[in-house]
Amino acid sequence: MVGMGALTGKQLALGGAALALAIILPPFMSPFGQHVLILTCIFAMCGVAWNIMGGYAGMFSFGQAAFFGIGAYTSSFLLLTFHVSPWIGLVAGGMISAVVAAAIGYPCSKLRGHYFAIASIAFAEIVRISFNNWEMVGAAEGLTIPMGKGGLANFVFNTSKLPYCYIIMIFLLLALAVGRLVSTSKMGYYFRAIKESHEIAQVLGVDVVRYRLYAIMISAFLTSMAGTFYAQYILYIDPASMMTLAISVQIVLVAMLGGANTVLGPVVGAAILVPFSEYSRAWVGYKGTGFDMIIYGALITIISMYRPNGVWEAITELVRREK
Amino acid sequence: MNASLLLDVQGVSKYFGGLRANEDISFQVNRGQILSIIGPNGAGKSTLFNCITGFHHPDKGRVLFKGLDITNWKPHTIGKLGVVRTFQITQVISDMTALENVMTGGFLRHVRVKDVRLNAEEVLAFTGLNAKKNYNAQALSVSDKKRLEVSMALAMEPELLMLDESMAGLTPVELKDMIELIRKVRTKGIAIVVVEHVMEAVMELSDRVLVLNSGRRIAEGSPKEVVADREVIRAYLGDRYHAVCP
Repeated sequence: MVGMGALTGKQLALGGAALALAIILPPFMSPFGQHVLILTCIFAMCGVAWNIMGGYAGMFSFGQAAFFGIGAYTSSFLLLTFHVSPWIGLVAGGMISAVVAAAIGYPCSKLRGHYFAIASIAFAEIVRISFNNWEMVGAAEGLTIPMGKGGLANFVFNTSKLPYCYIIMIFLLLALAVGRLVSTSKMGYYFRAIKESHEIAQVLGVDVVRYRLYAIMISAFLTSMAGTFYAQYILYIDPASMMTLAISVQIVLVAMLGGANTVLGPVVGAAILVPFSEYSRAWVGYKGTGFDMIIYGALITIISMYRPNGVWEAITELVRREK
Repeated sequence: MNASLLLDVQGVSKYFGGLRANEDISFQVNRGQILSIIGPNGAGKSTLFNCITGFHHPDKGRVLFKGLDITNWKPHTIGKLGVVRTFQITQVISDMTALENVMTGGFLRHVRVKDVRLNAEEVLAFTGLNAKKNYNAQALSVSDKKRLEVSMALAMEPELLMLDESMAGLTPVELKDMIELIRKVRTKGIAIVVVEHVMEAVMELSDRVLVLNSGRRIAEGSPKEVVADREVIRAYLGDRYHAVCP
């Protein structure tokens, strides 16, 4: 298992260097570069969250967009209707997502593999269609978040993308800390036992139903946080852009191709896939030929052919060979 | 009540539709005792195992452990109480090392990860797998996997260990080692129930043997007694051979 045990000095040094770069670089990037960085962090965070249920516990969710959307809608709705700060909406959205996750996770307790995946798609589609027809939250028109007065307290920044960069990086670090904590604790061991088989987990004294719910709820909470951030960043949300299967699939891709069941794999996956997708769209996408999607598809094919366990595995192998 | 009585199975029956898997089976296991359950294929041994460990719920009868009625308990709570089993088809967690597999069992009894690791290392030293603790569980040989399964169970500090065909498919040397290990486990005061086809092991290990056939209990006694039992010979060899046996 990768990422277990204490961090070595070398790992700490590398992590520190990466962190320093992440703090120093953004002011020198173009606005589009900053935008790509923000999107990368959003998907990295969602990938890390997916990994906790999909990678560790083996529950392949293709419905993460529902939690992403619930996070965005909760904070936006509370802000527009009751003038509640998006920071409170952030936590409220996380909690609602976790409750919804438990409510849908419980009846799915015995579903594994493909069957769980199918159920998760159905769930996310139900949520999307419901929001699409729900007048109170703007139905298909969605919600527009007013610009208002910028500043950290209001979670809105009108003049620069830079604060968004740093906020999402902090969110991502938080998600990584949660991911690592889970991975190295009793919960992580139990999740992996559940992934192997429900029977062996039960024999080892694991309450399978309860621990599966833990995995789903933690994952939903973190994904929901990313959703609230996205709403405050884009300032406009609607079901067609927030809750589609395409977003769920993108989250799975980021985690799987980066390296499921590793702490940092999803970050690597996002750092490759998201910039590639954004820049190819910027360069050739406007021609309306779908050429950017062809390139993107080719990249995914190449990674899945040569590194089915994820790019992170290749990186750790390289590091080991150096020694 | 008998103070050394650990497991008390009272008239357990289990049917799958019209199929009689277990019918009115009763037996007892005392602390520190080794009981073997034998019988031809399809006799209901595994079903009985499942009924005791909570994977099946019996249609009739009760299972008592230390006087507690655990008949309809869930498997994980039965494990917590001190009844731990292994599977006929060896099950280990494949993307973990041997040590991590044992640790997963140890979280039941210890809180801090450090304590869990120390305890798991002790268990592996006891079962003789210490040299392979960092091997990936999937890479272990069949006999080492079975040994690992026992180690995982021991990390849960059971009072009753239930082994489902832990000797199947072992070479004669491995078989001897496994018998040795089970004896060693017993010296810790742990009672053991084994389902076994390997008669060599059954004869050598068991204090008592329970024989099932077609879901019914047909004999119980010391190993010597049951192999001389007419019903047992009939069940294994059929009527024709039964006639020529003494």
